[in-house]
Amino acid sequence: MKTRTLSRHFRESFKSLARNGWMTFASISAVTVTLLLVGVFTALMLNMNKAADDIENDVEMNVYVELEADETAIASLEQQMDELSGVESITFSSKEEELSSLVSSFGEDMALFEQNNPLRDKFVVKAVDPRQTERLASQIENFDNTYSVEYGEGKIDQLFSVLEVSRNVGAVLIFGLLFTAMFLISNTIKITIMARKTEIEIMKLVGASNWFVRIPFILEGIWLGIIGSILPITAVTLLYYNVTQFMEPRLEGSFIQLLEFSPFIYQINALILLMGVVIGVWGSFMSVRKFLRV
Amino acid sequence: MIEMKEVYKKYPNGIMAANGFDVKIQPGEFVYVVGPSGAGKSTFIKMMYREEKPTKGTISVNGIDIGSLKNKRVPYLRRNIGVVFQDFKLLSKLTVYENVAFALEVIEEQPKVIKEKVMEVLSLVGLKHKARMMPDELSGGEQQRVSIARSIVNTPKVVIADEPTGNLDPETSWEIMNLFEEINSRGTTIIMATHNREIVNTIRHRVLAIENGVIVRDEQRGDYGYEN
Repeated sequence: MKTRTLSRHFRESFKSLARNGWMTFASISAVTVTLLLVGVFTALMLNMNKAADDIENDVEMNVYVELEADETAIASLEQQMDELSGVESITFSSKEEELSSLVSSFGEDMALFEQNNPLRDKFVVKAVDPRQTERLASQIENFDNTYSVEYGEGKIDQLFSVLEVSRNVGAVLIFGLLFTAMFLISNTIKITIMARKTEIEIMKLVGASNWFVRIPFILEGIWLGIIGSILPITAVTLLYYNVTQFMEPRLEGSFIQLLEFSPFIYQINALILLMGVVIGVWGSFMSVRKFLRV
Repeated sequence: MIEMKEVYKKYPNGIMAANGFDVKIQPGEFVYVVGPSGAGKSTFIKMMYREEKPTKGTISVNGIDIGSLKNKRVPYLRRNIGVVFQDFKLLSKLTVYENVAFALEVIEEQPKVIKEKVMEVLSLVGLKHKARMMPDELSGGEQQRVSIARSIVNTPKVVIADEPTGNLDPETSWEIMNLFEEINSRGTTIIMATHNREIVNTIRHRVLAIENGVIVRDEQRGDYGYEN
């Protein structure tokens, strides 16, 4: 294609945005509303996912050691656990350390126990895949010198299934929303194109190739997508900025953290822009197709 | 130039609009296509620029079998055929100049050439001074002139006109006919479907009469032959 023709297509696509004023407005509104919903929802979903990951990664088990175990027994227990597959980390905490952490959390009253420490030595064990926690726990329970293993049995399974379901539901919702958006937009564009049926008909009659007819419409779809994503991008940025500003001090020290504003906002905005463009192009493409069979 | 052999056309609703058209049109001819409404005139004409495809038979234009022409090639066929309609089919949002230039932009002609050619045909149809006006500001006859200008601007070998005077008053119709005569005298083949008895009987040319999808009469310098 000649550059002259390409620049004509660009000119035409801009002109027809202006010529079809109200329809342009309608299409842009449809894109805006959808992208706003999808954008906010995606940001929410991704953060939920992040929280789920955070929770998953925080699952660890406490392995309490028999009181009579001596240093070599403790060392051999550690080695046995270390040899298990799927163990990410093992941290030892002696009963003296345990007590001093109790003292620092609950005050000097606890210091009374220093005479006769009732606590046990323990290992904090983390699985590479948190879902393997239960299997590891049952294996470790059988080792000599293991007194007990605690990892919030049952609750973890429940948590995992809740997270699983909420992820799937979120993904389905986003897809559903995107699909609705595409139909909404393709319908709006179809109406604008219907109004220009004669134009396409005449183009075809004077010998325009299909691509010659299509390109200005596709460019128009791109512009609609880009313009339609301006408001959602602004809104999502402002919203997320305020949410992170509000939440960050409140989540300080917690193992759950929001996705950081800086890389995340660029990623989600790029995603919104991309979705806008894809929706616009797809909408134009589908709508023009019907009228090209003149 | 244009040749139809054993051409049949059956529409999806079962109507047979062409029941074996067999006709040859030589370069430079002026042919009227007449007949009652619904006889198959429009189908006859539409098949020539591949708006409709024949169900059976061959149609060749400039030696190319257009029935088997790939869809992708249809635009190139159309560039050699000018088409004029009863309802003008102008783009109301473009000026007279732009409407005509459109046909050349589509085939990626150079801007300088476009300007020359458009001004040339506009002066041929007598509308050079109205180049910047919008179609709505023109009379019916003037709009038809614009549409004729558009159909001939890329110097096609054939101009096909489907009732070009159908929406015009008698006086304007004569002016339009004179324009077609002028174009024909320059060597362009003209095929015109019409209901205008007076014109056919006055400006004598070859007449093809179509009834029930069959060419029932083919006369050089024929007459209209129907009561209006």
